[in-house]
Amino acid sequence: MNQTVTVSEQALYQYLLRLADSSLTMGQRLAEWCGHGPYLEEDVALTNVSLDAIGHAQMFYQQAAALTSNEKSADDLAFLRDAHEYRNPIITELPRGDFAYTTLKQYFIDAFNLYLFTGLQNSNNETLALSARKALMEVKYHLKRSEAWVERLALSTETAQLKIQKALDDLWFYTPELFEVDEDMQGLINAAVIPDYDEIKQNWRQLVEKHLNACELKLPESGWVATGGLAGEHSEHLGYLLAEMQFLPRAYPGCEW
Amino acid sequence: MYSQGLTDAKGQQEPADLLAEFQAKIDREEKIEPRDWMPAAYRKTLIRQMSQHAHSEIVGQLPEGNWITRAPSLKRKMILLAKVQDEAGHGLYIYSATETLGVSRDQLTEELLTGKAKYSSIFNYPTPSWADMGAIGWLVDGAAIMNQVPLCRASYGPYARSMVRICKEESFHQRQGYEIMTVLARGTAAQKDMAQRALNRTWWPALMMFGPSDKDSKHSEQSMKWKIKRFSNDDLRQKFIDATVPQAEHLGLTIPDPKLKWNEATGHYDHSEIDFNELFEVIKGNGPCNKERLQARIDAHKQGAWVREAAEVYHQRQKDNNESEAA
Amino acid sequence: MSELKLYEVFIRAKSGLNHRHVGSLHASDAEMALLNARDVYTRRKEGVSIWVVEADKITASNPKQEHEWFDPAEDKVYRHPTFYPLDKEVENM
Repeated sequence: MNQTVTVSEQALYQYLLRLADSSLTMGQRLAEWCGHGPYLEEDVALTNVSLDAIGHAQMFYQQAAALTSNEKSADDLAFLRDAHEYRNPIITELPRGDFAYTTLKQYFIDAFNLYLFTGLQNSNNETLALSARKALMEVKYHLKRSEAWVERLALSTETAQLKIQKALDDLWFYTPELFEVDEDMQGLINAAVIPDYDEIKQNWRQLVEKHLNACELKLPESGWVATGGLAGEHSEHLGYLLAEMQFLPRAYPGCEW
Repeated sequence: MYSQGLTDAKGQQEPADLLAEFQAKIDREEKIEPRDWMPAAYRKTLIRQMSQHAHSEIVGQLPEGNWITRAPSLKRKMILLAKVQDEAGHGLYIYSATETLGVSRDQLTEELLTGKAKYSSIFNYPTPSWADMGAIGWLVDGAAIMNQVPLCRASYGPYARSMVRICKEESFHQRQGYEIMTVLARGTAAQKDMAQRALNRTWWPALMMFGPSDKDSKHSEQSMKWKIKRFSNDDLRQKFIDATVPQAEHLGLTIPDPKLKWNEATGHYDHSEIDFNELFEVIKGNGPCNKERLQARIDAHKQGAWVREAAEVYHQRQKDNNESEAA
Repeated sequence: MSELKLYEVFIRAKSGLNHRHVGSLHASDAEMALLNARDVYTRRKEGVSIWVVEADKITASNPKQEHEWFDPAEDKVYRHPTFYPLDKEVENM
């Protein structure tokens, strides 16, 4: 009990960026659906999830910005870092794809966020615990939606079944990266700032595999296992995502908007 | 009676007593509800007006949707996203209200996608810069609000109720646009230039949103009697100009009309002639973005077909399963 | 393919109030209708509870019979407290 664990601020900063970057890239991809959804009701619903995700990103960027003695703002962190400084797992930066791809990607992330934020609620960093509590409410709803949609696509028409199976084949090996932990994160886990990722992984796999099984979907046997996001090594997609997203603040440096 | 000579869908004369009662009800400011008797022409006019309105909300998502992924800050991104989402919601509310008149969403969508139905001409203009997000919120939503507020008292109940909801939700739309313009106008020279260009682009198309001038507006008189239109195009347009000019001056931006001048005698701003040929051309399909806008909607609808079908088939299977289990 | 079914949406604005009709939407089934109703009709915290009902399942009175159905209630003044004059001394009954 007397043993004090010093938490490296740098580690916490990088971790907050991982949370924020993941949410922002998810939100940005989902936002691409706005005005192009499969029907109006879903257009509105997808946008709601996107708004929640961008809201989470803002919350975590603000916390990260506070650690820079506010030398940087949340917007600076979102709009003025290059791809190699982004910390999200590669899955969140992947293109939106079709509705099956978007849905399954969302489902994987929602299930992950459920256990992640549940764990983070108990963080001994109060701000982080509070943010997790807020995000968790929204995430539970997201998961209900994406779970329902995976089921509807998998157990319906042949076309839909093929598309969602294809999405699973394409996305499955991007999921292990969600649970990667580097030395800094291990320090945070030891200091009870963030939850144990092995436990998240076990819970996640149990939940997801059970649902995919019930939906009669088959896990692919092999593929490239994604890795690198934590170290700033990304897919080609992130550069384009950032080029689009960051265009204005980059073209007009120092402006208010 | 004004309404004598109206015929129903089968070309039959409608009973004079019903017509008289119908008009009396409207004159008493009572609402007409979906299952009430109504003249066929009232139904038809409403379907046309409401579906055009709904289509405008839906196509109206696109010009602003163009900047969601490029909004310059997290705050602006969320605001814009929420605003464009509202537009989808508003389209949905008005489609729902239109459906109470006996047309299906599918029919309405079909009419939009085949180009049979019209939507507001304004959405066929491009949004090449971020400042267009400001100009659209300020001017286009400003003009829309002028049109919509009186419709909260429209005689058709479901339409009026959807407009009440919409006006409430839209109250932030114009303000956020004006705020964008304010920040740009007070920013760097490049930002101010961006704002001025957007104003130049949007001004005339925004004025055309009120429709042709009263002398050329073919549906006005009857619609006013039916209280599904409560002010004339020109009156609303003038009201809009009078309200907007001081707002532009406040920003230090110039409205692109050399003849714009306050007229003490009339208490209104005088302005140049509006080139309604442009309006008619755009409505006909010859605006800068007509083809792209419609194509975007066609693509979304086509690409969504398998999703809609899957949802329905899933439901059918669940139902069949439940029934066979029960048996 | 026929279009997705029409559902009517009812929302309780806050606890203590009745659910009130707010509009409609299309959905494939009740669960999706409920999820979509949440996203479409409560974006500004307009409610704490939602009902969705398939529009087809609602049985409505006929507006043509409005008078014969509802006018008879108009002259049943004895159903209202103001029909009964009270002495001033007991005014607060």
